[in-house]
Parts: sequence; structure tokens; C-alpha cells
Amino acid sequence: MNTTRVDWAAVKADFPVLERMIDGQRLVYLDSANTSQKPNAVIDAMTDFMRNGYAPINRSAYRMAGEATDLFEGARSKMQRFINARSVNEVVFTKNATESINLIAQSWGRANLQAGDVVVLTHMEHHANIVPWHMLVAERGIELRWIPLTEDGQLDLSNLSSLLDGAKILSFTAMSNVLGTITPVKQLCAAAHAAGAIAIVDACQYVPHNVTDVQAWDADFAMFSGHKMVGPSGVGVLWGREELLDAMPPFLGGGNMIGDVRLDGFTTAELPSKFEAGTPPIVEVIGLGAAVDYLSNIGMANIRQHEMQLTEYALSTLSARYGDEIVIHGPRNVEVRGAVLSFAFRDIHPHDISQILDEKNVCVRAGHHCAKPLMKLLGANATARASFYLYNDQTDADALADALDGASDIFGV
Amino acid sequence: MPGLEDLYREIILDHYRTPRNRGELAPPAVMAEGHNPLCGDEITIYAQVENGVLVDVKVSGQGCSISQSSASMMSQAVKGKSLAEIQALVHRFKVMMSIEEDADDAPAVEVKLGDLEALQGVVKFPVRIKCAVLSWNTLLQALENAAQ
Repeated sequence: MNTTRVDWAAVKADFPVLERMIDGQRLVYLDSANTSQKPNAVIDAMTDFMRNGYAPINRSAYRMAGEATDLFEGARSKMQRFINARSVNEVVFTKNATESINLIAQSWGRANLQAGDVVVLTHMEHHANIVPWHMLVAERGIELRWIPLTEDGQLDLSNLSSLLDGAKILSFTAMSNVLGTITPVKQLCAAAHAAGAIAIVDACQYVPHNVTDVQAWDADFAMFSGHKMVGPSGVGVLWGREELLDAMPPFLGGGNMIGDVRLDGFTTAELPSKFEAGTPPIVEVIGLGAAVDYLSNIGMANIRQHEMQLTEYALSTLSARYGDEIVIHGPRNVEVRGAVLSFAFRDIHPHDISQILDEKNVCVRAGHHCAKPLMKLLGANATARASFYLYNDQTDADALADALDGASDIFGV
Repeated sequence: MPGLEDLYREIILDHYRTPRNRGELAPPAVMAEGHNPLCGDEITIYAQVENGVLVDVKVSGQGCSISQSSASMMSQAVKGKSLAEIQALVHRFKVMMSIEEDADDAPAVEVKLGDLEALQGVVKFPVRIKCAVLSWNTLLQALENAAQ
């Protein structure tokens, strides 16, 4: 991997919330797989727009509205380059990745799926890539098939061709939010196409941490949320092949998405407006554009490299310190895993672990991580999850390891 | 920040380590399941009601120390009580958890919480209140099922 030197301490200093002290202790934020912190560049872009230039987009003639439209569409162009989409028409702004998947299920799905049609998912999906398809099972009578997992938490592709036989859709995560597993996206897209299915990539955990190239993937749709990639909450992205988006019926109806409206009907706008009904999250899209600039300046390859080193350090530190008393789920090889560590520690319930870690200002997620089917496979109804990002360093991993000692003191195990 | 010792009192940890009334009851006992979607805790309450009295109660499921100890202490407190007494107890517990209030004209019934007082510290950790209350709401659901 071709990487350049980055001053990671300076990166950390870009995130003002990380300077916060609670009870005299610094904040150790290890919940970025849930949602990420925001750098000054994003905060400033949003406040500057609200202070100095807030205006509607696409519909007013005064100069400030024109500037706002330019900023908004500029963010779309940045995003297009960031994921290497062919055209800005392929970048649709939504509320979040969940809405993006629902959009595909409701628009492409309703137009193309009949009773008995097969949608293939995997056992490591987030609820957002399960429930919209369950809804079509109820409404349309489609059939769901599931790619199982190997012992070490990777996709078991040994029966992939028979699972895909006759399928219309393969929808899968590029990186598990629980196991950290990075899946072979290119291979899965190729297999889907060979079977005559379209390939949908849930890239929520992938895009914030890796170089993303949707054309190299040869996928049909992909989606992710702004808030996990140092951008604001309230905005997400749906990327889709232009010819597919073009052929799809609209999802939400209203302003901005129309060509013409008469008493007896309507026509839709061109892409991407066709899928952006109503006033969009203007401030948030501009903030997301600043987030793309920020991440691009550091370089996604550098961020991936940093996180691989950090993951290796955290895995070996925790294992060396606690041995068999800590069970970390997912692959051991950091080449195929991101910086997400779900773990069981001694016999202490994850909710109690996160409470005790909070006393040391170590923020982790405890719970089912919106992946209950996967939790069932792991034999747990919850795990504790520490997830790292570009603003974390080895001292954060050490703080996690140290704070776990406190759990033993209280529970006497 | 309130200290963890307010939350993890010894009696709570004792009920967590050795939960009372664990198990299941066969029909005609009724059951109800409760989930805490926030953290994945699951609890099942089995209730045997005869002549308006909860003659037996069992708890199964899994969850954190607060949800499990609360269920254990609750099962001890409600077993053998009349449904009216249980309603009063549930109310008293929820008042302690600050999710219900006493009406101004409430009759001054003396309801003793006993060991359950140990859960008082949960109020200082608002995200954990749901854990403590899960088994109580599940019990109410079971009693409703029994009434049908």
C-alpha cells in the first residue's frame, strides 16, 4: 500500500470533543462504528453556511440561493469522486443508509420482484439490510436465502452458486459492524452477476475506513451514512448505476422530484432529483462535503493503514493481558478485518462492562448492534464492542485494557 | 458522576450470581416475554395464579446484572401475594425508579420494598432504569395473560 506520513496527533487535535474532560479524565471514544466524532473542518463548514449563506437550493433566483445550490452540488461532486462513481447522477442524498436500502427495496424491489423471487443475504447483516427485505416477504411473498459464516466469522462461500441459483438480488455488507469482517466485495458482485442477480453493497462500515471504488467493485447499488465518516447525522448516500436508477419508479413523492404536476398526474425529474423529494438536508450535505475533503486530504489508504496497525495492537494487547478470559469475535487477520472489536470478557454482561468502562470515560457500545440474527449465531444476546477510527491511537487501546480491570474488581471474577 | 458502588450493591450482585426462582412453569401457568431492544436483554416470567393470588412465579432469560437481579428480587417479593398487593408493589417500585408518580389523592398504603431498595441507586444511572424495570413490566403482562 502506498502511504505517506500523517501526523496522527494533529489529526486527533482536529476533533474538539476529544479534548473534553469528564471527572478530570480524558475522553476515550471507542464507538465510531456506531457514529463518529466531527472535526473542526466539518463543524466550521456547517456553521459558516448557517451564519453567512443559508438559503434554499434549486428553486430561487437570488444570488445567495445560487451560492447555496453550488455548495450543495459541489458536495455531490466531491462524493462522486470519493467513491469513483461514473456520474453525479448516480449519487443520491438520502437521510441515511437505512433509508437508502429501503428506497431500493421499495422502488427496485416492488418494480422487479414477484412471489417466489429470491433475495440472498448473509448471516452478518445489520437489521437495515434484513428488515426491508422481510417487509417484501410479507408484501410480495419473496424468498430469503442466507449465506452462512465460517468458524472465524467470514462468509462461507462454499455453497454460493447454489444459494444464488435463480436469485434476483444479492445484498450484503462490505464490512460487518459486529465482527469487523471485510467481505470479498468484487467476488460477490461477480458471482451475483453470473447468476443474473443484481449486487447491493451495504458499505456503511467500509466507506469511512477504506478506499472505495464502486466501479472496481462492479456493484449495482451501494449505500452508506454520513455520520460514520466524520460528517453530520441526517444525511446518507445511495449510489446506483445510472441505467438502473433511471428505470426505477420514484420512492417518495413531493417537491423537487417532479418534472411536471397536473391534476391528472405527474412526471418525474431527472436524476438525481427524482429520488430527492422535499427540501434535502442542505446543511448536512454541505457538512458531508467538508468531511469528504477532510478524509481525502489525509488519504483513505493512510487511514486504513493506521487502523490496521491499531487493530493489530489492540488485538495483541488484549489477548496478551487477558488470555482466555477475553473472547474477541471475528477474524484474527487484520487484512480482512476493520477496527471493530466485539468481545466477551470473563462472565460479565456487556451492559455491565460498558457501565464500568464509562467510569473511566471509555465509551464502547453494548448490546446486539442491530444484528440480532448474528448475535444468535454467536450464542450471545449482546456483546461489548470497541471500535477505532482515525482519531484513536495506542493510548486508547491501553485505556480500554486498563479499564477492563475495573470490571473484575466489582464482579470479583 | 455517581459512584459505581451506588449501582453494584452487594445484595444486587448476590441476586445476580445466585438468582432466585429461576426456571419455568408448565401450563396452566401463563408466561410472558419481555425484551429490552436497547441492549438485547430477554426475560420470560411464568406465573401461576389461583383465586387472585400469585402462588408461584419463575424467571428465565438472560441479561445484565441489573435486569437479572431485579427479576430475582421481584420474584421473591411477589410470590404468594394477592394481585392487588402486587399492583401496589409494582407501582411503588416504579415510583422508586422515578417513572411513575403518586397521585395526590393516593391512599397511604404502606408497601415495603425490602431488598428491592438496593436498586435505588439505578435512578442515578438513567440508561439502566429500563434494565431494572423490564421484569416488572413482563410480570404485569403475564398477569394480564392470566386474567384472560
